[in-house]
Order: sequence, then structure tokens, then C-alpha cells
Amino acid sequence: MSNRFFKKIVADTNEYERTPIPENELKGNKSFLGMYAGEHTAGTEFVIGPLFVAHGVGALDLVLGLLIGNFLAVLSWGFITAPIATAKRLTLYYQLERIAGKNVVRWYNLVNALMFCFLAGSMIAVSATAVGIPFDLEMPTLNDWLPRTPGWIITVLLMGAVITLVAIQGYSQVSKFANIMSPWMILVFFAAAIVGLAQLGVNSFESMVTIAQEVIWNGVPLPGMSRFSIWHIIFFAWFCNMAMHIGMSDLTILRYAKSWKSGFSVFAGVYLGHFVAWIASGILYAVFLQANADSQEFAPGQIAYQTLGIAGAVCVIIAGWTTANPTIYRAGLALQGIFPKVPTWKITAIVGGITSLAACFPALVMKLLDFVALYGLLLMPMGAVIFADFYFSKKMGFKAEGALSSGSNFSLPALLSWVLTLGFCLGLNFFYGVEIFFLGLPGWFVAVAIFVMLSKINYPQTKSLAA
Amino acid sequence: MKILLKLISLVGLAMSIFPPILFFLGKMELSSMKLWMGIGMVVWMISAPFWINKPSEQ
Repeated sequence: MSNRFFKKIVADTNEYERTPIPENELKGNKSFLGMYAGEHTAGTEFVIGPLFVAHGVGALDLVLGLLIGNFLAVLSWGFITAPIATAKRLTLYYQLERIAGKNVVRWYNLVNALMFCFLAGSMIAVSATAVGIPFDLEMPTLNDWLPRTPGWIITVLLMGAVITLVAIQGYSQVSKFANIMSPWMILVFFAAAIVGLAQLGVNSFESMVTIAQEVIWNGVPLPGMSRFSIWHIIFFAWFCNMAMHIGMSDLTILRYAKSWKSGFSVFAGVYLGHFVAWIASGILYAVFLQANADSQEFAPGQIAYQTLGIAGAVCVIIAGWTTANPTIYRAGLALQGIFPKVPTWKITAIVGGITSLAACFPALVMKLLDFVALYGLLLMPMGAVIFADFYFSKKMGFKAEGALSSGSNFSLPALLSWVLTLGFCLGLNFFYGVEIFFLGLPGWFVAVAIFVMLSKINYPQTKSLAA
Repeated sequence: MKILLKLISLVGLAMSIFPPILFFLGKMELSSMKLWMGIGMVVWMISAPFWINKPSEQ
């Protein structure tokens, strides 16, 4: 396709990559409610809910764990991310550049963009399990890492191309798309839970409790899967979006907010998506397992289609799409930090291509819980650096935005905070057997402590002569 | 016109959630439920784009 075509569809798009958002571009709560509701009621929810079932979590552990974990996530967005986003009104990448320097941010942006590409790819793969139904596409199984058929590859590449075209048009188009689709999609998740419960034989509150505890979340993991406790659920619900809240990726989105309180508007998204939708998709998978006891097939589109018909299959497609869109957009902004002179639309097109290739591999879907935890962990230390720079620079006596204030392109405190924190987390995992889901919390405190200590040495606050 | 479109969208949403409830209560067959949900989806998708983003555009 010609450049003229792309230029036509991105005309008048200004994403303010390196300047604060002007007053007339700020958005109210409604915009964020729609965006977050669409984003967190996503294709991944059709995978995560079933994987909890496969990991043999108990019913009470699941419900309590999700209530607590999601509450902690909302607090993280509201009290940690949003105040900094609305005070600075800069993208994560430009903010980080001012603190860590261009040379450090290049590496961060590269890791960030790749992680976002893989995440968006998993969502395209989930959507493809629905798109392939009319073509009788052979679906992936729980143990698949590589694509099974050429038909699968063609399907995900076509879907990736369409999703990329929408993402190229920027935040406004993504927000509009999510606004339109999210109310219907959320109802379909509710419908999935209702129909699934009926198919499992629920006809009263008592029978629902019994079936939830003995059939759906019976505490027995599937063969080859580890058993999840309430702590796994709490920490997964809290940190599945670690990159976005304490990792500060959502500075890029929340910088458009009129008030920092818009950070709490994420509650609608996480409780609908990470509570209702995870429970609903878990119920759907339990129905599937009841009907196909020996099946290794793991195809959310097929599962939803069997229970809800065409509406279920379309919901899987749309759910994947509404999350893949902002994720590709975020990945595009990450690469913008490395190539600031290349237009956003061109970068987003490249990101969409990488994402589509990644989507060909079903491993991204089957190992989604581990991947989600890993990508949050890899990005989190830089969020801690931004937090420490914003809140502790004056109090602890070091210069804010060290790289900018010292006129350098490289900040040793930022780089060491990132690398040493990941080394610390790797050590906890390797030597003490701490699972990846639990590494984020200690890691965040370690990153803040390292950055503050090293910044006090590298960027000490000098007393002004006037004082 | 906008009110009419909103009403049509609302009907689309209703057709997405009431058939599953009727199925749960044993008042509707699974195949009929799937059909009504499919119609509800089409109604929503055709009507909602005309009003749902309008306030932010004006």
C-alpha cells in the first residue's frame, strides 16, 4: 500500500509525543471508563479464566483473591500512576528520557515494545480461534507452541493487518472503538456465565455454590499444571497489569485526564474484566471440559461459539481486538522514543507487522499467565524510578530528572535500578524458588531504594547561592 | 432521531441478555437463545456507532 493511503487515514493526528497535553485536549472520566472497560474486558480474559480452572484454584480462593487483588490494582492506578500523569502530562517514554537519558531509554523502549507486541499477538491469536470457525480451522491445543497449519498463519496475519490499520489512527479512534463495543461485550460475558451455569445444572443458589466448589473450581489442577492458592490469585489480579500501573505505562493514557481522580475510573474495567469476565470464562471452560473430558483443545473462540453461538464467537474477536489496539498503540509510542523523527503511524505499522508474526505462535496463549507476569516484571523497575524521582527527589536531596538536569544522555542510577532489580528478582526465583507472580512487590521497593541511593551520589542537590 | 437510535441499541442489548436468562429459567431452547443473541448483536452494532461517540465529537 502506498504512503499516500496511510497519510490520508492519519491526517490531523497529533499524539503529543514530546510535549505536554494542551488544556483543550484533556478528556473527562467517560472517555477513560470506556477505554478501560474495553481494554480489560479483553481476549485475554477468555484465556486467563480457563487457566485458573486448569490450575485447580478453589472457588472461595478465586472470589476472595479477585476482590482483593483487583482492589489493590485500582489503588495502584489511582494513587501511584494518575497523580504523576496529570502533574507532568508527558508520555512514559519522554518522562523516562528526562530521568534516565536517551541511551538507557532506548533499551527500555525496545524491551517494552517487544513485550507489547507479544501481548497484542496473543490477543490476535485468541481472536483467530473464533475467526477460524467457519473455515473449520484446526485449533491449537494446551501443549502447542508452534502453528499447526498454514491456515492458522494466514488467519492471524490477515487479522493483524486489519487491527494495525485501526491502531495507526491513534488514541481517539481506539477510544471510540472501545466505547462502541464494550457495553455489548460485557453483557455477553454475563450471558456466558448465566448459560454456562445452566448447562452445568445450576437451578438455585445452593446448587450454584456446590457446582462452583465441586465442578468448576474444585481445587484439583489438570494433569501437568501447578496448583494455585488465594495468594496466586491476589498477586496475579494485582500485578497482571503491573506494567501499566506501578510500571507507569499508563502515564501515556492518563496524561489526557482532566483530574488525577480519573485513575480510579479503571475500577469499572478491572472488576468487569478481571472479575466477571474471568469467572464467566472459567465457567465456559468447565462446561467445555464436562462435554469433552479428554480434549486438549484450547480455543476460546470455539468454546464461546459452542455455548453462545455466533454472538460468542464475535465477542471473542472483538474482545481480542479492543485490547490489541491500545497495546499496539503503546508499542508504537515505545519505538517512537528510539526513532523520534519517524512518524507515529509508520512505527505503528511496523509494530503491527511484528505483532502479527508473534500471533502465529500459540505458545503465547498457552503460557499467558507466566508471560503476563514476566512482561510486567521486566518493565516495573522503570516505573519505580519515575515514582522515586517524582516523590523523593526534593525530600531526599537529589536533582529531579537527573539526565535532563545534568545534560546527559545516560543515567547510571536509572540503569542500575533496572538491571540490579531484575537480578534481585531472578535471584529470588532461582535460589529461593519464589514464583514469578510474587516477585513484583519486593522488586518495586528494591528499585526505589537503589535509585534513591545512587541518585543522591550521582545527582546531589546543590544549595543555591541566593539561599 | 438520536433517542430512537438509543432505543434501538437498548433493544439490541436486551436481546443479548434476556434470552440467556430465559434459557437459565428453562423457558427457551439453546438454539433459539443463540439466534436471538445473534440478532441482538447485529442490532447493537448497526445502531450504537451513530450515537455512542457523538458527545465527544461535538
